[in-house]
Amino acid sequence: MTLPLYAEIAVSVLLLIGASFTLAGSLGLLKLSDAMSRLHAPTLSATLGVGSLLLASMVYSFATGMPSLHEMLVMAFLFVTAPITANFIAKVHLHRCRDVEDLPQPPADKIWATRSDT
Amino acid sequence: MIATALYIAVGTVGLAQVLAMVRLLRGPHVGDRILALDTMVINAIALIILAGMSLGTQMYFESAMIIAMLGFVSTVALCRFVLRGDITE
Repeated sequence: MTLPLYAEIAVSVLLLIGASFTLAGSLGLLKLSDAMSRLHAPTLSATLGVGSLLLASMVYSFATGMPSLHEMLVMAFLFVTAPITANFIAKVHLHRCRDVEDLPQPPADKIWATRSDT
Repeated sequence: MIATALYIAVGTVGLAQVLAMVRLLRGPHVGDRILALDTMVINAIALIILAGMSLGTQMYFESAMIIAMLGFVSTVALCRFVLRGDITE
């Protein structure tokens, strides 16, 4: 089956954009020096990378005459859950991988819930 | 054109998966390992989407959805376990 040229170009460009952002996210995860800066690199691959790949898949399904919007579900789920997992991993970094004196001060009369020794 | 782009994309995402695995093996702290596992789940979703496109079936999106859900729940459970030593409390 031959697709129209604009569909081929759109799908190919979206595929290449998604793949390069995914690679950039993993490269940042490997190369960045600090734990907290490593945390922000894979969000690239979670949002832009997989988002572009899903968009490419959606455009492809519309161009081949079998339209489907299932990909939208995966995209929405990833977009909703990525900040939550990032928050949890940041909490692990803060509370398990740092010394007590490096932590920011909690509000007055409060303690860090996971650091009862502060 | 799409077939060539698919091959390039599969190679690139596979390379990204290998890089995330290197961080998983090297990671100095447990937080880095959890982050690398989360990244690997996301790259696996991307690979499954690419497989579904190249095979031309709609069946793979359900598995991508299930892997996304399992990855989220397992990351949160791992973080809870590391933070509190207990998942359900």
